[in-house]
Amino acid sequence: MTMSLDSLARPDEGNLRQDGIPTDAPPSLDPRSPVALFGLDEPLAMDAGVDLAPFRIAYQTAGTLNADRSNAVLICHALTGDQHFAHTHPVTGKRGWWETLVGPGKPIDTDRYFVICSNVIGSCMGSTGPASTDPATGKPYGLDFPLVTIRDMVRGQAMLLDRLGIRDLFLCVGGSMGGMQVLQWAALYPDRVFAAMPIATGARHSAQNIAFHEVGRQAIMADPAWAEGRYLEAGTRPAKGLGVARMGAHITYLSEPALHRKFGRRFQGGHAPTFSFNADFQIESYLRHQGLSFVERFDANAYLYLTRAMDYFDLAADHGGVLANAFRNTRTRFCVMSFTSDWLFPTADSRAIVHALNAASAPVAFVEIESDKGHDAFLLDEPVMFNAAKGFVDAAARARGL
Amino acid sequence: MSRVAPAPWSTTDTLPRSDGARVDHLVVLGLVPPSARVLDIGCGDGTLLTLLRDRRGIDGRGIELSREGVNACLARGLPVIQGDADTDLANYPDDAFDVVVLSQTIQATRNPRIVLEHLLRIGRQVVISFPNFGHWRVRSELAFRGRMPVTELMPEEWYETQNIHHCTIRDFVGLCRTVGAQIEKATALDARGRPMRISMPWWVWNLFGAQGVFLLRRGDGSPSDAV
Repeated sequence: MTMSLDSLARPDEGNLRQDGIPTDAPPSLDPRSPVALFGLDEPLAMDAGVDLAPFRIAYQTAGTLNADRSNAVLICHALTGDQHFAHTHPVTGKRGWWETLVGPGKPIDTDRYFVICSNVIGSCMGSTGPASTDPATGKPYGLDFPLVTIRDMVRGQAMLLDRLGIRDLFLCVGGSMGGMQVLQWAALYPDRVFAAMPIATGARHSAQNIAFHEVGRQAIMADPAWAEGRYLEAGTRPAKGLGVARMGAHITYLSEPALHRKFGRRFQGGHAPTFSFNADFQIESYLRHQGLSFVERFDANAYLYLTRAMDYFDLAADHGGVLANAFRNTRTRFCVMSFTSDWLFPTADSRAIVHALNAASAPVAFVEIESDKGHDAFLLDEPVMFNAAKGFVDAAARARGL
Repeated sequence: MSRVAPAPWSTTDTLPRSDGARVDHLVVLGLVPPSARVLDIGCGDGTLLTLLRDRRGIDGRGIELSREGVNACLARGLPVIQGDADTDLANYPDDAFDVVVLSQTIQATRNPRIVLEHLLRIGRQVVISFPNFGHWRVRSELAFRGRMPVTELMPEEWYETQNIHHCTIRDFVGLCRTVGAQIEKATALDARGRPMRISMPWWVWNLFGAQGVFLLRRGDGSPSDAV
């Protein structure tokens, strides 16, 4: 028997409004995707010590779950990503963000696997987060929303899988913050992950990365329109602060060679300097555009919460300071990938994961991919990454009898 | 980890084949017990690990320097990490493997002694092969031409080769003694890749063996009684 997941949950206009989208919500809060609702009897036990209830998880799927329910793939999205991995984005109208890797005939083949991606807890694309309505007050949570951790996100995803009737995953895959979730999945639910593919990620957030995040958060908080986090009620939006945060962060996703190749020192419109603070250089214009387009689709408080979740991530610290302890006796097979020009999550971070897996005697493959595209390479057209992913996924499927 | 370029005394590429398998691989096959946990360092495209998996049902892992090699291994379903013997051995726990294989690679490592000590620590048995710099062809190149040997089989000049720590079979036996390794078996392969007669004395191997193949294990602390 095969089943369509469409029958399990559907977006329901009544539920959506009831469950926390403010009536004047920005369009980004309407997920336009299936939503799983969890009531007061099914709270999410969060690391902050709070039982979150009710809450909801918006998700997307592609492909068909097989009769054995053994072909499920969970994609974990990155910081500002969402569940629309292979679907047109409801706000931007852009194609799915991982259609390079996932789709019919792709390394993660939706003709063979049932692929799920859910918006993480704390985000703003339909899952419960700081922009959702606090049932205690009837107003948006704002900063009253409990701090979120990577582990909270993973616990929420596990509850979603329970709801969908999926006991274990054939594959758990993600890049950057998504890779952190993959590692957390393997550590928290080793029996539920057959194969894991963490890409361009680390087992902890570095001091440098925390520093970049703090700059972004301070930019948001310095915007008067942020209104101490109560901008939804105030009817304002901290677009300037969030835009600056995005501009700074975007630089860390690229690399100097990629920036040079794309923009160099070229002037906008080809003219000489205007002797002003206009966006003379193409790179300035590009960054301003990145900032502007980001605020159209993302909630400022969600950005605060999700950057904090990454900062707090330190898988070794959760296991007595020894990363290998996170993977003791694991039977999950791993494929770790990094990119040569990624300075946000450099290869050394991936190597630390690999060495810990070696110390835990886990089966692990590791490949560093030559690319000058920086951290964002995992989202781009990287044939070497696709080949490596296909080799790993195909072999894992053979081992699982898929 | 790339295997060294074929040297005149290391005839890996011209070895006679049986079932399509290299003779040095068959030597390893003969040493590895069924269902063993095996680490192949410098595993290339995974040929040896695949042979051992198919014939011995081993649980194999690999380390390989080249991306192409790692990708080939991934496609074969082999858990192989991109890395090298100098940097990626320290984290494996003691006795992590029944057999550790290091083929034609130790002469390309930065610190062969530390590498060998790690091999003995993480593997109950160590199979190690290397080109013998004491082979008569090498000696004659040095003795009569006064040049580092470069032939059609070893095309790399001294300034291009990855082989930075050449040794002879006797040198290697000396290192085994220094680190307290016990030599369980040893053989030399001649220039055509055939095992030489076991009864030969070390000096014959050292002169006529193109490569040495050793099976080692951790010693009991007393110096090895190898010659």
